[in-house]
Amino acid sequence: MSSMNVLNGLACLLVCQSAGEAASRLLALPLPGPVLGMLLLLGALRVERLRAPVAAAAEALLAHFSLLFVPVGLGVITHLDLLRQYGWQLMVVLLVSAWIGLAATALSLRFLLRRGAAAAD
Amino acid sequence: MQDFVQLWVYLSATPLFGLTATLVTYLAAYAFYQRVGHAPWANPVLWTVLMLALLLTVSGTPYPRYFSGAQFIHFLLGPAVVALGWPLWLRRAELRARVVPLLGAVLIGGSAAAGSAVLIGWLLGLPPALLRSLAPKSVTAPVAMGIAEQLGGVPALAAVFAVLTGLIGAISGKYLFDALGRLGPAERGFALGTAAHGIGAARAMQVHPDAGAYAALALGLQVILSALLLPLVARVLGLAG
Repeated sequence: MSSMNVLNGLACLLVCQSAGEAASRLLALPLPGPVLGMLLLLGALRVERLRAPVAAAAEALLAHFSLLFVPVGLGVITHLDLLRQYGWQLMVVLLVSAWIGLAATALSLRFLLRRGAAAAD
Repeated sequence: MQDFVQLWVYLSATPLFGLTATLVTYLAAYAFYQRVGHAPWANPVLWTVLMLALLLTVSGTPYPRYFSGAQFIHFLLGPAVVALGWPLWLRRAELRARVVPLLGAVLIGGSAAAGSAVLIGWLLGLPPALLRSLAPKSVTAPVAMGIAEQLGGVPALAAVFAVLTGLIGAISGKYLFDALGRLGPAERGFALGTAAHGIGAARAMQVHPDAGAYAALALGLQVILSALLLPLVARVLGLAG
């Protein structure tokens, strides 16, 4: 039964993605196909029958989300000349901006949640 | 020996090689990661990429041939982005109750990451094509590629920058958060999902269920917002070519 769920759920995700790709191209929307597909899925989840299959497929895919980045991450070996040329600049940019992004998100969320809690009191 | 060489030439030319090597290497790296108690430095994506880079170099396999097999894994990124709708749906009540703080934090964190990358890159004298590929680097790789294309950057480079950013977040995030003081799992997870996308979110999911849920939430929001806003901002700043 649960193996059927994964398959049904995967079909549901693929249908959403295909519809998203089609809409993105046909209507020349600024959103990439998979992102539109995610929005379509949010609408589709109002249908109760779809929830268990989508949950099974989504959990299987997202549990090993990081594996999916390996093929494209390995693409770094095709850009070694560029990395050699701009290596230290890119390293500085990636490190510092990642830390700025992480710190800005964490601190602003803490601040906004506290302000929200204080306003509710 | 001759037979073995022929067999190797045959096997390494089929898509089977890239797919098998990726999966087996990842599983080994993941087993090691679990054995050392999810230590940040043992990040399975980092070690899988390093091991495979070594394997391809030693065996003289060109990247396109490797990718002909690994594309089956790569392809799943699309459905996985669609699947992010599921954690968003699960947390819809929380999302509705805290919509202002959550959207605010994604907007502030996302623009801080993208803005500081372009600014620092520009100050260090990086060429415009690289800057355009750097802008979407904290968005998850498949979406980053789409955005970079729209901005006039190089999609493959954007994907590599996105993966490197995710790794930096997953590996160093813990120490940064500890240094910032008193941050709960929600803030940590949300920050990882916003600024270090899928790889950061995967790390959060492995460490704490609350952090994982918030990371998935951030990932979903950040993907929608950056796909909508980055091309707009770039047009205003005159970056898009």
